[in-house]
Amino acid sequence: MIKAVIIDDEPLARSIVLEFVANYPQITVVQECNDGFEGVKAIYNHRPDLLFLDIQMPKINGFEMLELLEKMPAVIFTTAFDEYALKAFDTHAVDYLLKPFSKERFDKAMQKYLLRENKKTAQPNVHQLLEASAEIPGQSDRIVVKTAGKIRIIPTTNVHYLEAADDYVKVVNPDGGFLKKKTMAFYENNLPAKQFVRVHRSYIVNVHEITRLEPYEKDSHLAILKSGAKIPVSQAGYIKLKQVLGI
Amino acid sequence: MHPGLLQTVKFKIIFAICWFSITEVQAIVLTRFGFSWRIALLDSGISNLLLAGACLVIAKTFQYYNPQKNKYLFIIGLIVTLSVGWLFLSRGIIMPLAGNEADYVRYFSISFVLRLCFGLLITGCMALISVLWYTIKDQQETDRRKQEAETLARDAELYRLRQQLQPHFLFNSLNSINALIVSKPTEARTMVLQLSDFLRGTLKKDDDQWVSLASELQHLQLYLDIEKVRFGHRLLTIVENNTATDMTMLPAMLLQPIVENAIKFGLYDTLESVTITITASSNKAELTITVTNPYDAETSQPLAGTGFGLSSVKRRLFLLFARHHLLQTSFNNNIFTTTISIPQLP
Repeated sequence: MIKAVIIDDEPLARSIVLEFVANYPQITVVQECNDGFEGVKAIYNHRPDLLFLDIQMPKINGFEMLELLEKMPAVIFTTAFDEYALKAFDTHAVDYLLKPFSKERFDKAMQKYLLRENKKTAQPNVHQLLEASAEIPGQSDRIVVKTAGKIRIIPTTNVHYLEAADDYVKVVNPDGGFLKKKTMAFYENNLPAKQFVRVHRSYIVNVHEITRLEPYEKDSHLAILKSGAKIPVSQAGYIKLKQVLGI
Repeated sequence: MHPGLLQTVKFKIIFAICWFSITEVQAIVLTRFGFSWRIALLDSGISNLLLAGACLVIAKTFQYYNPQKNKYLFIIGLIVTLSVGWLFLSRGIIMPLAGNEADYVRYFSISFVLRLCFGLLITGCMALISVLWYTIKDQQETDRRKQEAETLARDAELYRLRQQLQPHFLFNSLNSINALIVSKPTEARTMVLQLSDFLRGTLKKDDDQWVSLASELQHLQLYLDIEKVRFGHRLLTIVENNTATDMTMLPAMLLQPIVENAIKFGLYDTLESVTITITASSNKAELTITVTNPYDAETSQPLAGTGFGLSSVKRRLFLLFARHHLLQTSFNNNIFTTTISIPQLP
């Protein structure tokens, strides 16, 4: 039996997936969810094999929800986004259904999924899509994290700095540090460049939080934040910082 | 500024060839008259060098100054002045160098008129070439700018049409209809008709048209009804107006983006059910419309949140009435409020 979860904030959009999926007796829809928060819970409880996932949803969008998952199920996105916004999907061979979609188009997506499932071949890599997903608007102003089972939405204006931590990035704000499975390069490229500067291989800093810069050892500096945190600034980082601050 | 005539390689080559040929011919002719090579080269070299200088002065002049009024008078004045100046200057320089040789002095006086004609001819040609060149360049520049302006206007128009059609809203509505067709055919039909009426109303409206609040609210109701089908019980709307406000007028398509913004903001920023209120009130001078929606103060950034369509509404109000602050936003107790004031024409 293949377990599936449908996540979409529009009830009628869920009902059409439900209608089409009824033709596949091997698939059981274990839960329907209204938003990403319910989605995360349902996925934790049911461990589904397949998700039908809308992108634009309340509070956290489909991508942000996926980022919170430890184990990634196969995903078929359902969205009304314009095609031009979906280049990233094609690049990573992740399947998506453009609303409104026909039964034939739905069946095609299912065939692809079932074929991979039967042959035990790998499903498309959604992680790579998530790295590219900032091409889709409305994400650069917040970072969604999960701590102790609770989902938090951190507006980027509240972020003090980001620090590399092995495979993770630690996002530091007034409430503490939160780990996020992303790369420094992702944040360097996707956070507003006027506010966030990669001052060091392992640090991106919010320039609004800097109170002063102090020389430190040879060729390097320390950025002192309002919170008192001291952030190392490399030689190259110092040049970038000066450019952004206009000094 | 387009590149000057003097900067083009082609012109430089032609100019150099002409200069060499004329100088050479003049020198050869002078030797035929029995002058020594020294005198011949001195005469043709210096006078033509000075003439070339006069030509460059003309080209430079027209690069920076191309008069529209009395253009030909200006050209004639310029070439006469330059030619006469050139003639006296070349005599003043060549004579002492030639040692005031009697034959040469006589020859120079005889050829004086001929030289003047030659000078006028060459400077005249140069002036005409320059004028033609810079006129064409100006024309090309004007055409390019015109084309650019047209492209910009077309892009803006396309963008407006795209915005009007709201592909996201349209496709999601069609998706809802697609779902309803099997489960609730009657509701599907109702929604098709609502959607058609709404689209027809949107297409019919011109931005510079004024409509009554009653008809604008009627159009808006179609939109709200469609959104309610899409989002089910999550979306509630309250519209408060009265007979007095119904008669007031406002620019078409002004209220719509504000309500859209409120719905988007409300639905995507909270998880619970969302109530949108639209309240109209009026006095003699002004119609005031207030739109409220819930939002989450903790996670959204109010300053960034005022974005979406509101900035364009603000801009439109300013262009229409030349007054600031006709659109105001405020937030407290997790309620975001947008207020617009529309001055009523007497």
